[in-house]
Formats: sequence, C-alpha cells, structure tokens
Amino acid sequence: MKTSVFFGTLAAAAMVSGVVSAQTLDQVRDRGELLCGSNTGLAGFGAPDSSGEWQGFDVAMCRAIAVAVLGDPTAVEFIPLTTARRFTALASGEVDVLVRNTTWTFSRDVDLAFEFTGINYYDGQGFMIPRELGVASALDLDGATVCIQTGTTTELNLADFFSSNTMTYEPVPIETNAEAQQQYLAGACDVYTTDTSGLAATRASFEDPGAHVILPEVVSKEPLGPLVRHGDNQWGDIVRWTLNALISAEELGITSANVMEMANGTDVPEVNRLLGFEGELGAQLGLEADWAVNVLSAVGNYGEIFARNIGEDTPIGLARGLNAQWTDGGLLYSPPFR
Amino acid sequence: MTSISASHAFVRTEILPEQAPPMAQAGVLKWLRENLFSSWFNAILTFISLYVIYWILSHVTGWVFFGIWDAGSLNECREFRDARYDEGARVACWSVLTDRWHQLMFGFYPPEHYWRPILAFAVFGGAIAPVLFDAVPRRMLYVTAAAPFLCYWLLWGGGTIWGPVAVAAGFALPFLVARFGEGVFGSLGVTVMAIIVPILYWLFLAGPMAGALGAVLPIRITSIESNDFGGFMLAFIIGITGIFLSLPLGILLALGRQSDLFIINKFSILFIEVIRGVPLIVWLFTASILLNYFLPPGTNFDLMLRVIIMVTLFAAAYMAEVVRGGLAALPRGQYEGADSLGLDYWQSMRLIILPQALKISIPGIVNTFIALFKDTTLVVFIGLFDPIGLSNAIRATTDWNGIYWELFIFIGLCFFVCCFSMSKYSQYLERKLRRDHR
Repeated sequence: MKTSVFFGTLAAAAMVSGVVSAQTLDQVRDRGELLCGSNTGLAGFGAPDSSGEWQGFDVAMCRAIAVAVLGDPTAVEFIPLTTARRFTALASGEVDVLVRNTTWTFSRDVDLAFEFTGINYYDGQGFMIPRELGVASALDLDGATVCIQTGTTTELNLADFFSSNTMTYEPVPIETNAEAQQQYLAGACDVYTTDTSGLAATRASFEDPGAHVILPEVVSKEPLGPLVRHGDNQWGDIVRWTLNALISAEELGITSANVMEMANGTDVPEVNRLLGFEGELGAQLGLEADWAVNVLSAVGNYGEIFARNIGEDTPIGLARGLNAQWTDGGLLYSPPFR
Repeated sequence: MTSISASHAFVRTEILPEQAPPMAQAGVLKWLRENLFSSWFNAILTFISLYVIYWILSHVTGWVFFGIWDAGSLNECREFRDARYDEGARVACWSVLTDRWHQLMFGFYPPEHYWRPILAFAVFGGAIAPVLFDAVPRRMLYVTAAAPFLCYWLLWGGGTIWGPVAVAAGFALPFLVARFGEGVFGSLGVTVMAIIVPILYWLFLAGPMAGALGAVLPIRITSIESNDFGGFMLAFIIGITGIFLSLPLGILLALGRQSDLFIINKFSILFIEVIRGVPLIVWLFTASILLNYFLPPGTNFDLMLRVIIMVTLFAAAYMAEVVRGGLAALPRGQYEGADSLGLDYWQSMRLIILPQALKISIPGIVNTFIALFKDTTLVVFIGLFDPIGLSNAIRATTDWNGIYWELFIFIGLCFFVCCFSMSKYSQYLERKLRRDHR
C-alpha cells in the first residue's frame, strides 16, 4: 500500500462524502438504480458476457442488493473499477457499494474508513504446478521459479511463506493474470501463485487442465466481501443483511424454486421472519416486508449463486471448501434473523 | 555528289533492328543478379533470408488461414480443430471476433441504437471531407461546423436536439461581435467582448432557449451513458475529439509562447512545460482518481469527459511545440513583410505566417495525431473498456478465457490501418502543398 498521506487524504475525503451521503438508500431510490463497483473482468466473479450482461459471483451480490432495495435485479449499473481506482470511487460516492473481490483487512476497514459488511468468499493464496514435475506439496518447492503478480499482497505472502520454511525461490515478475498464464504455459516459471479461485479459473482455460495440479497448501487468508462507506449505517445494514439472507436461506433450505411456496408460511419461525410472513424485519431495514422473497426468487440462495457461477459444474469448478455452511464444515455462519 | 555509301563501303545505310539485351543484362535475371546475388556473400545472405521468410510463413499462414470462425467458445474451437484437422494442430480461433464483434466495435452500447454511432461516424466523414480534399464542394463546410454538436447529440442523446443547437449558436456570437462591435468597443474591447458575450449567453440564455424550442418541436432520442461506450467506438471518440481539439489549442499555445504579452507568454510556457513534462498515464490517473477529491462530494463528473480533456491537453502541449518549430523555421522577413503591408496581428498570422508555418509542421502534426490515437489504449489502466480493456473483459468470461493472439492481432491490425492511412494522407498533403519547384 501507499503512504499514510494517501490514506489520510482518502480518509478525509471519505469523511466529507460520508457526511453528505448519509442517505444512500434515498439516493438509490431516487436514482432508480444501484451503482455497483465491480471488477473490470475476473472469470467467474464478474465480467460482461457476449450480450453485455454482467455475470458472476460478485455480480449476483450486486443484483441481490438491487432487488432488496428496488425490487429489480436489472436496476444495477456496474461501474468497472481497477484495483487502484476502487477505493477512491467508493469514497467519493461514485459507487454505492463495492463488490469486487476485495480482501477485508484492518487498514482498509479502519484507516480508509470503509465498512466491510461481511464475507461472501473465503479465498487464500495457493500454488499451481505442472503435474509432470511430480511435486505434491508446497513445502517441496525449494529453489523453484515462481510467476508472481507484482505490487500485490500475494507477493508479500509468498516471501513470508518461503522464508518461514527456510526455502528459496526465484520470482518471475508479471503484470497481469493473462501474462501469467502465457508465461506459465511457456515454461518461464515452474509455479504460478495467486488466489486459489484465480488459479482454478486459470487452469480451467488450459487446453489440458488435468496436466496441472493446485497444491493443497493455502498460505494466506483472503476474506473477500462487499464494502460501503463509513457513516451510513442503515445502508451498511441493508448490504450486510442481504448477504446474510442469501447465506441463511441456504442453511434453512430456501431456494429460488420453493421460496414462493415458503413465503406463505412454514413451521420454521426463522424462515417466516426472514421471508416477512411474521415480524417486521423488512420495515426495520427500511425495505418492503417481502424483500428477502424478492431477492431469493431473483438470484437464488448463496449455494445456488455459487453453483451457477463458480461451482463444480462450471468450467471454473471450485469446490465449496471453506465456503460451505458451518453445518457442513465450512465457515459460512450467518447471524440469526430475529 | 557521290553518296557516302559509295566511298565508304563499311558505313551502314540503315539502322540495325533492335536486339534484345543479353539474358543476364535484362529483366528478372538482371534484377536478381544485381539485388540478390551480386557476390557469393550476398547470395548466402539471400538464401538465409529466404529460409527465414519461408519458416515464418509456413508457421503463420496455416495458423491464420485455417483459423476457425464458427465456434462459440475456446473449448468448442479446440473440438472443431480436432475434428477438422490433426489433433493438436495450431490454428487460430477467430471465432472470438465473430462472437464478440459488436462489443469490440461498440462496447456495451445498446444494439437497437447502433445506428446512432454509425450515423455519427458518417456525419464525421462528411464533415472531414471538405477539410481533407479540395475536390469536395466548399458548401460542405457547413456540415463541418455542425458536426461536433450533431455527433455529440447522436452518441449520447438525452434531451432534445435543441440543447446542442443552442450551444452551437453561441459559437457564432464572437464573429457577430467582431463584425458589428468594433465601432462600439474599440479593438481591444472587441476581443474581450468576443469572449464575454458567448459565456453570458451560455450561462443565462442557452438553457431557457433550448427548453422553449424543445417544447415547441420535441425531437429527442434516448440518453446513453458514457459507461456503455466501449471498443473501437471509444478509441475513435477519444482519438478524434483529441485530435480536433488539440490542433487549434496547440496553435494558440504556440502563438502564446511567442507572444510579447507577459502573462500570456508565461502562462503558455508553464502550461506546455508542465503538461508535457509528466507522462500521459499520470494525467489519466489524476483525472480518474485525484480529481474526485477536488470536486465537491457527490458530483459525478463523467470519467470519459475527464479522459478526453486530459488527452486533449496533453496532445495540445505537444502540438504547441511542433507548431512553434514551424513558426521558428520561417525567415524573419515574412513577419516584417506582413507588418510592412499594414496587417494587424491576427491578419498577419492568418494570411501569412500560419499557412507557411503549418505547412512546414505537417509531418510533426500528423506524428502527434498518430501518437495520440495510439495513446487512447492507455485508458485501459483506469478501467475504461477500450479495445484492450474489452479484450481483458472478454478473456474474463469462461467461454474465452485463455485466448490472446487473435484479439491482439485484430486490435493491432485495426490501429495499423488507421495510423497508416493518416500517414499516407499527410504525405499526399505535403506533395500537394509543395511550392518549391524541386
């Protein structure tokens, strides 16, 4: 990250804009459109398809918020943001929410004056290596040449991992993921390291994906989640509980197929509260009573979104792993709707 | 008198029929011999070069011409290839171009409105023709004057056509002021008023006027946001706007730098040196990131507009130095001649100095244009979907993840065609304007 002066400027600007834009919900309603900061293109997480429609895991989260607030999954404008531009765009109010595979870290949360509203994907840095090299563990990588994107946290994690295991490596600096794929396939490096989701997406594009293995070691924590500006707690709550609704719905067995049926009342009190059959949770958020019904019927629950965009049946083929429900041995754990 | 032939038997009376030159001294053989095989060393070099060319072509032509055009994804391409050719043969997968053609051309512009950029492009063609070629009727220059406003309205839409019309009308005001105001304000007063009157008009009159006209005759088209712009359309819009705004701005800056007026002179120098002394990419980052902090919170100053402004200012600084080179190349006598004819400053510039200076600067000016057009690809770094940015986005979908060469070759080819035609036109212009009877 850059200097503290830069952070200070960011923070000051975020505070100024935070005061002014305390009513994000009203602004979104007046505009009739959610401005969602998204990736300029990351396989499975957010990219425009051939008809210009945005698709992906992060994109679905944006659509869910749009449904919760405006009742329409298409009422989103996706603002493609680069890594450098994403935080200033959010701080200055150019976007309402940033869902752009952004890692939740201390400095981003505290110093940049943003509010992470949850974790929608638990990622971590991994290694990919040609199968023919016969390496089964990242601990056998002593002396390897490693393709690594410069100026990222992955670079620092890599140095930490190798030095703590008293191993050496030779870095091959590259700029983009596309360049990395070419370099790796051309044999310029033995190992390619980035987030495991990125490795899986990269491997899926290879002509012979089976010839490459992703090593079991994950060397960093990369919790990715949506974030909003400090200072507008109502808006933060809406984003947070939209995500929690997606996660809880999977846990409670609510899917896009049966949500309409369950909205008419079930034996499970929490389902009734979530879907607005009982209680007034929607009104407390400043939303319609059936906001969660609309969200789930439009985009499906967390599991459905995962399966549709990055799951094992897609070319990207990610296993749930850490992103399984806590009841299935994963880390997804939504606070109760009560 | 005896004939020459009688006394000198060896003199021919008629010319021999022409004979073909020896085999080795004519045609292909001579050319080959002189150019390729003039010595044993050159012959060896020739054979080596031929082999290199053959080697490249044998690898590339098959890849290009057996390429697959009808697949829907990279994996489908690979299947088709295995079915049609040998398994693992290396052929291009051009299908990405057919699949994403509209995106590469128009970005995310709504398909039902594609006619608008196409029409705008046609209008631009009509507008630029009388500027580029003498043969086109001069009356077409009216199209040229109207084109910027018409194109803007076509591309972005929103509101009635009267908004751009009202704004355009403001540009006529300085000329009216210059024509009728001289007696009222005096000569310096006219210059000042020519600037003030249009600004007052734009601030207070243009809006209500457009509103009133729009109420009477509502001709309106749907508004399209800058976010939907992309692909070559974006590159062309940024490039063309930059080119056509930077030339006049650059000329003014060059004149300012030569001016005797202290403030104008120092301001021009400062502007040129500051803008030119910092890389374009830094200016683009300034436009996209830093500018937000200087603007009041909540203002959403269109990113594309910011980029166009930065690119234009950047090119103008370079243009100013190119034009200044042309001005400096003119002999001092030209300036003195203009003065001795009693022309005022603007007249002497317009009639004597600038036509000659600009003619000298043509190669430099076109060079700047070409550089500017290619620099539009830098906007990929601030998240705009220019052709390069789109190629990243296309690669980010699971269908086309892992495709590189085809997209880059296509983009490179398109840029080459544009830049090469600009270069050709500048050579034509130089030939046409040559006055030195060489």
